[in-house]
Amino acid sequence: MNCKHVIRELSNYIDGDLDPVLKQELERHLEHCEDCTMIVDQTRKTIQIFSGSEPINLPSDVKSRLYAALHQKLPGRSL
Amino acid sequence: MSAGKDRIPVNAPNANLLPSSVVRDDEPALVAAAKRGEVSAFEELVTRYERKIFRLTRNITGNMQDAEDAMQEAFLKSYEHLANFKGDSRFYTWLVRIAVNEALMKLRRHHPGEFSIDEEVGTPGEELMPRELDDWGPTPEERYQQVEMQEILSEAIDKLEPDFRIVFILRDVEELSTEETAKLLGLTITATKSRLLRARLKLRQRLNRYFREGGPN
Repeated sequence: MNCKHVIRELSNYIDGDLDPVLKQELERHLEHCEDCTMIVDQTRKTIQIFSGSEPINLPSDVKSRLYAALHQKLPGRSL
Repeated sequence: MSAGKDRIPVNAPNANLLPSSVVRDDEPALVAAAKRGEVSAFEELVTRYERKIFRLTRNITGNMQDAEDAMQEAFLKSYEHLANFKGDSRFYTWLVRIAVNEALMKLRRHHPGEFSIDEEVGTPGEELMPRELDDWGPTPEERYQQVEMQEILSEAIDKLEPDFRIVFILRDVEELSTEETAKLLGLTITATKSRLLRARLKLRQRLNRYFREGGPN
């Protein structure tokens, strides 16, 4: 397996979707290729940073309009 | 889309906050109560998910107004159709599906052609091999304050083309499966995987400019 093959299979490898034989070949390549190892690690880190991110609070005007719209639909009480 | 002007930043990771894959234990009970007509239970669900749904619609539509409209529609429709929710998935996942559909409708209406269901996207012959390779060190994210990280992540995701951005958001932020993502977007599994790979590589490259040792220059 060469570097191009590793990049092509990168997502499948990170997601654990790789066929066991291919996985073994890829990991054998990583053992001696610093560049590919760096790309795999940094792509993993990229996913981890985004998946761990939390959204900030809604702007107050956006929140007010959302609750006003819901209030019109929901019976009996205001949000 | 103008970078920065109407950006909703994403916060830097916070170990004390639950990741999006974790549902609080009381969600099924809240949904059941909302189905019985307890408005306060539905209110709690809205409060719990409003920020995530707004981030999702903002990331798909690429602008504040469409994001707000799509979010409102998503909550209103989820309330109207709550009786149809069978509980065979998380309520949040069901809500995400509604919100994605609303946001995609806005995107397609106002920016036809920006999200393609073609099998192949990107420049023909575009090389996937990453060009910028630099050591990030063990904890690159710790070099930035929370606000700076918000800006970095928001800018990186904003600059991705919608074809790549939307798949990345659904798979890696909302943590939907490849199959769910493909179905929602009307893409094949192959196209979904191809876009996800490109999105991840592009984002790695953008973050490399900030995270490489020595920082941006």
